[in-house]
Amino acid sequence: MTATRASLLAALAVLVAVPWWVPGDYYISVCSQILIYAVFALGVDVLIGYAGLVSLGHAGLFGLASYAVAIALASGSGQLGAVALALAVALLGTAAFAALSLRATGIGFIMITLALGQILWGLAYRWVSMTDGDNGVGVAARPMPFGFNLEVASHFYYATLVVFLLALLAAWVFVHSPFGASLAGTRDQPRRMNALGYHVWLIRFYACLFSGLLTAVAGILFVYYTKFISPQTLALTASAEGVLMVISGGSGTLLGPIVGAALVVIVKNVASAYIERWNMLLGAIFVAIVVFMPEGLVPGTTRLVRRAFKLRPNAPAPTGEPAPGEPAP
Amino acid sequence: MRVNRRKFLAGTAAIAGAAAFPMPSIAQAKGVKIGLLTVKTGPLAEGGFQMEQGVTTYLKSKNMSLAGHKVELVVADTGGNPAGTKTKAQELVERDHVNFILGPLAAFEMLAISDYVVQNKMPTLCLAGADNLTQRQPNAFLTRASATSSQAMHVMGDYAAKVMGLKKVVCLDSDFAFGYEQQGGFQQVFEDDGGKVVKKIWAPLGAPDFTPFIAQIQGADGVCQGYAGAAPVKFMKQYADVGLKLPVVGGETAGDDALLPRFGDEAIGMINACPYTIDLKNDANDKFKALMQKEYQAVPGFYAASMYVTVQVVEAALRALHGDLSKPAQTVKALRAVSLKETARGPIRFDHLGNVVGDIFVRKIVKEGGKLTNVTQKTYHNVSQFWTYNEAKYLAQPAYSRDYPPVKA
Repeated sequence: MTATRASLLAALAVLVAVPWWVPGDYYISVCSQILIYAVFALGVDVLIGYAGLVSLGHAGLFGLASYAVAIALASGSGQLGAVALALAVALLGTAAFAALSLRATGIGFIMITLALGQILWGLAYRWVSMTDGDNGVGVAARPMPFGFNLEVASHFYYATLVVFLLALLAAWVFVHSPFGASLAGTRDQPRRMNALGYHVWLIRFYACLFSGLLTAVAGILFVYYTKFISPQTLALTASAEGVLMVISGGSGTLLGPIVGAALVVIVKNVASAYIERWNMLLGAIFVAIVVFMPEGLVPGTTRLVRRAFKLRPNAPAPTGEPAPGEPAP
Repeated sequence: MRVNRRKFLAGTAAIAGAAAFPMPSIAQAKGVKIGLLTVKTGPLAEGGFQMEQGVTTYLKSKNMSLAGHKVELVVADTGGNPAGTKTKAQELVERDHVNFILGPLAAFEMLAISDYVVQNKMPTLCLAGADNLTQRQPNAFLTRASATSSQAMHVMGDYAAKVMGLKKVVCLDSDFAFGYEQQGGFQQVFEDDGGKVVKKIWAPLGAPDFTPFIAQIQGADGVCQGYAGAAPVKFMKQYADVGLKLPVVGGETAGDDALLPRFGDEAIGMINACPYTIDLKNDANDKFKALMQKEYQAVPGFYAASMYVTVQVVEAALRALHGDLSKPAQTVKALRAVSLKETARGPIRFDHLGNVVGDIFVRKIVKEGGKLTNVTQKTYHNVSQFWTYNEAKYLAQPAYSRDYPPVKA
């Protein structure tokens, strides 16, 4: 336990020190982007990893929050009001989203969320009087919480880091709470949970709301980061990217989505400047992950490390009893 | 569960992989740093590749040195979307510390970074139309050597009404800023000259099939289309397949010279207005065409020519500044003061808002020696972004948009 705590503290120290060890503002901004997408991926992971529900419409919710901020600011609202409005709108949107898509699970759920995501994308694209269509909506300035100027790259990074840590903490509390356990129960044994008297639908509905909340927070950070929002942010590829982040990092873990987000953002923004066919690189990395670590980078690495330790001559010999989840010989 | 997840991952990886393509970055010795925002992925990539060809062709012809200063070119692929443009602009400004940004291609990309380039005092020379950035919301750091979206369409509207004698026209275009501004320009001049636009039809950008939109054409004696990228090829094919024979007119992207090898015979007779024409007879254009042929075995079109001339403008400004780029405001001033007698698109200068004033050529696609080519019918000299309108009056009217000017019943 102390080793875990020490590594957490070390990770935190590395994150706090980012403005000192990364070269230049551009890379600090990339780190901000990683954290923003990490919050988004955490939101997606709550559904994929803990509720067993794959959503292909989360970019729609992400964009809904972004648009709410941008449009509220453009029509003269204050920063605080815009953020509050965005959270409210995104939560309402998520509730409607969940009410419709939770009528099914599995492939059905994927297809309904995909359709709903496309509807939101379509609205952003075609409701020109509201969203200005393809031209998008700009945000004049980032907020200045307590006189802290967020236009500076490192300041914005710290603000994002604080929000990210809060989101991570919330996610940790969420999945480790009795509610989180019951959510995992609905994932693995929905019928048994039902028989035990749990309201499976309602548990999933709350999980959707929490996932939507994290997604909305990421959307708000994103629109302040780019100071611009346009329909492309809501596109299906953006939703798929969120799912990829979760699956490549390791679904059902809290560290996995963060690693996945870092992987995608780095390849997209940094590697793309050096490697001509960066899409192929990203694809190759995903294929490699699927082949060598189908459970994702974080659980896969943990497994490899454990195995390496077991192979040490001094390590206690395996008891011969199969580990839980592995088939008996 | 595991098999499902694998299948799913493979599927989504394929989606993400299919969505886009490459982006090289070319880096040479130290000196003046030029960043190019272009599009190499998605429906606009066709023009994006040509933009890069135009820039590199000029630089290579000058041995990567402008007015005695070594030039380093950094190329960034925006992916043809505004958020990507913003990220790549940040990369060019904050990481690569470029002295100029060339590009981006599309109006909505330029709108996404307009505030950003002002805040960072970055002299930007865009290809994008985005009329208002040199009109009602002028961007103090923008210089445009290509054309506003409506600049050539004003000319097309005039030619369609006065020379072709069209009376009623249906307009078709992509559903984004460039399309609105193109058709707005066409409609305003065409109607001022006595014609009437009976319908404006918007197809989504990257529409796979134009037939449902073509089917809505009726009650007209002409069609005006403003599609960009490779879409005009598909549009003309489907237009002919439906059996329509009405004359087609268009702007710089609709009859782009670079598309000529790909058009079928159905494009013969299309009239299009463009700030560049392949059949312009001057030494600069002959040299440009020869260089493009040598470097890329390509027929140059509007995108390549605009960027080729844009680099020439940068060179002239560098010469005037003696290479001193320390004051961005002075750099912009020097850029806008550039006046060139001979370029691949004829003489150009800039107005006080930073937009180009130059010749616009109305051409007709004909078949010569088994090959399609554009033949100039009429040249309009020194066309400004305001056409023949009074500047103040023009700026007082609303910007061309999806609903302006409205189609009159």
